[in-house]
Amino acid sequence: MDFGLSEEQEILRKSTCNVMEKECPPAFVKETIKDEKGYSPELWRKMAELGWMGFIFPESYGGIDGSFLDFTILLEEMGRACLPSPFFSTVILGGLPILEGGNEEQKDELLPPMINGDLILTLAITEPPGKYTPDGIGSRATKSEKGYILDGTKLFVPNAHIADYIIVVARTKDGVDADGITLFLVDAKARGVTCTPLLTIAGDKQFEVALDKVEVTHERILGDIDKGWHIIEKIWPKVIVAACGEMVGGAQQTLKMTIDYAKEREQFGRPLGCLQAVQHFCADMVADVDGCRYITYQAAWMLSEGLSCVKEVAMAKAWCSDAFKRVTKQGQQVHGAIGFTEEHDLHLYYKSAKKWELLYGDSWFHREAVAEQMGL
Amino acid sequence: MDFGFTKEQESFRQEVRDFLEKKIECGAFEIISNGWLENSSQEFSKEMSERGWIGMTWPKEYGGQERTYMDRAILMEEMLTCQAPIAYHFLADRQVGPAIIHFGNDDHKKEYLPKIINAEISMVLGLSEPNAGSDLVSVKTYAKEEGDFFILNGQKVWTTGAHRADYIWMIVRTDLDAPKHKGISEFILDLKTPGVTVRPIINIAGVHSFNEVFFEDVKVPKENLVGVKNRGFYQLMAQVDYERAGLERLMQNYPVFVNLVEYVKKEKRNGQPLSKDPMVRNTLAELEVEYQIGRLFCYQVAWTLTQGRIPNYEAALCKAYCTQYEQRLSDAATRILGLYGQLMPGSKWAPMNGEAADSYLWSVSYTLQGGSLEVLKNIVATRGLGLPVAKK
Ligand SMILES: Cc1cc2nc3c(=O)[nH]c(=O)nc-3n(C[C@H](O)[C@H](O)[C@H](O)COP(=O)(O)OP(=O)(O)OC[C@H]3O[C@@H](n4cnc5c(N)ncnc54)[C@H](O)[C@@H]3O)c2cc1C
Repeated sequence: MDFGLSEEQEILRKSTCNVMEKECPPAFVKETIKDEKGYSPELWRKMAELGWMGFIFPESYGGIDGSFLDFTILLEEMGRACLPSPFFSTVILGGLPILEGGNEEQKDELLPPMINGDLILTLAITEPPGKYTPDGIGSRATKSEKGYILDGTKLFVPNAHIADYIIVVARTKDGVDADGITLFLVDAKARGVTCTPLLTIAGDKQFEVALDKVEVTHERILGDIDKGWHIIEKIWPKVIVAACGEMVGGAQQTLKMTIDYAKEREQFGRPLGCLQAVQHFCADMVADVDGCRYITYQAAWMLSEGLSCVKEVAMAKAWCSDAFKRVTKQGQQVHGAIGFTEEHDLHLYYKSAKKWELLYGDSWFHREAVAEQMGL
Repeated sequence: MDFGFTKEQESFRQEVRDFLEKKIECGAFEIISNGWLENSSQEFSKEMSERGWIGMTWPKEYGGQERTYMDRAILMEEMLTCQAPIAYHFLADRQVGPAIIHFGNDDHKKEYLPKIINAEISMVLGLSEPNAGSDLVSVKTYAKEEGDFFILNGQKVWTTGAHRADYIWMIVRTDLDAPKHKGISEFILDLKTPGVTVRPIINIAGVHSFNEVFFEDVKVPKENLVGVKNRGFYQLMAQVDYERAGLERLMQNYPVFVNLVEYVKKEKRNGQPLSKDPMVRNTLAELEVEYQIGRLFCYQVAWTLTQGRIPNYEAALCKAYCTQYEQRLSDAATRILGLYGQLMPGSKWAPMNGEAADSYLWSVSYTLQGGSLEVLKNIVATRGLGLPVAKK
């Protein structure tokens, strides 16, 4: 075992952290969240130049073939900065299914521009039932002359308004099972696609994507007909651990802000941090944050090593969902009223923790997976 | 980063497992919570000693194996999984031995270390006193220098295992005039020395585990002072990080968890196994996640020690977190068992041999012994996070 970062990992962490501190300070985050686009094309370009979009993609597509473990470090720093960007939806929700399920032409066509920062992607999986399981997929794909016609309502689709392609998860066979689900690469500007923004707690851009007789050609089918859920299952552990990576960073930053504040804010003639109630809040936060870190990196390491880790992945998201949220709640308490102001930065994390808790399964959902793994 | 074990570590784990399986097969001990602390068997300790499993991290020149703290953690994890009877050597192995290595002179090392390693002597810790619990610097037991001896008077309390041990490792006052923390020294004392009286205290689980130990004009040879006179408190502070680090703070009631999982799979409610109840599933899965987090904390500390570094706040954090987990476990176990959760060991109808209720009683002590939860949190906040210490 080795709980520390290697020299290269430390360099990666530091350099990513430096970029984020310079390019993505809290003022930028707040401004960008309010902006309709929800991201900065200039920063997006810089991220591409730094090789971030291609971090876990093969060199043959212009990537750098980095490990998923190292990638998690990158995500942690993004989470620490609360970076508003289509990175997660493009690279993880979009790039990974293409890499996993796409044919050679699709990969050659889509991955290099994605890696160069010229393509924004997203995944439309959830629907009104709000579930990440096959029984939550009801959108229909009906066979036509040229390919398929898509109908249905997709919900909580990140960055649909700026995406070039939306990977739509739809049914090619009736039922509630995984069998009969197919993935389609839908041009976001195609006729019949309507994106309506949702107002989210963290201000990230999520959409209702209404599909009304949207035509897709055979070339735009991703993977095998009826077998699309296999692709989702394949990438899902990475989606979850990537989310946890962002949560580790957010939790760490919340802790840091809280400790800094407790040292500097004075009441009764001495710093708040002298007060034992406050000290114990902070000590509890450390257990939460360190726990997030170890359980997440354990799962990321196992994914990197190609080890089976269904339980570890579920444990990571179960813990991070609860712990990050607890940390932000405690942080708010220690900050007092100033933390309740829009002007302060703490709320970015309070909101972000709620967002990440609910996305990709909360602790109830993942504890059920853990229970199953325990043989219950 | 690397969350795996090496081949050598895996095969060491297997070796320990094989040993324990044989022991369990031949009925050498029962798997009962708190066994690591309560179940003392010199015979078992001697068998561990033959395998080099006592003092395994200590330098070879004193008979140790110079193995890593990682290896020791692996050994402990296996021992605690089945609550092997390791109480005879446990405190000497974990704490007193390392203290002697750090602060003892050559004579101390030659005298005690081989005996500890060979499971020939058993040791306990005499730190707490009636008026010195969390505030350890307030110890009043006094050792007065007289010629070649110290004359010891006073009292220790909560001394676990003193009724079956050979030696007591203690802090006592050696300077009445100096500031409190600068007048304390560390001693090792044979419990059979005239003037020492051990009196039992029965705990709320109905067990004689800890004691009062009285000292009345006890003649202690001068060479029994370990380290530097009046520096005992500082020496002790360096030692407690070892005390706080271990898996024994996570796994004291481990059998409860194992048995509970088996129980809910078998037990039916409304024609369905209890394990299908969403509340039960969620509760057990939550405990499992919490347990695995605690395990990572413990291994993180073992890894830090293996690197030759002293854990900073991590040992305190680890113990604070893990003991709270143990408390939640025993509470959840009693609740999942419903009305049966109140039945104690030996009772008719008691599921899991009454371990849930029993462990619920013991669990009160988990957040007290070896530094209370609150004191540990103070350490995390001040030493770990650098929050200011309030002026008195
Ligand atoms: C089962 C068991 C076995 C033990 N075995 C041994 C042993 O073998 N040898 C030995 O020497 N001792 C032993 N102890 C004693 C143990 O170390 C003490 O109980 C512990 O240090 C707390 O001291 P106390 O009980 O006097 O409580 P107190 O110090 O009186 O504390 C009472 C309460 O006040 C809180 N408190 C105290 N100070 C602070 C502070 N500064 N900030 C916040 N809260 C505070 C505590 O957290 C606790 O909640 C054992 C205890 C138990 C329960």
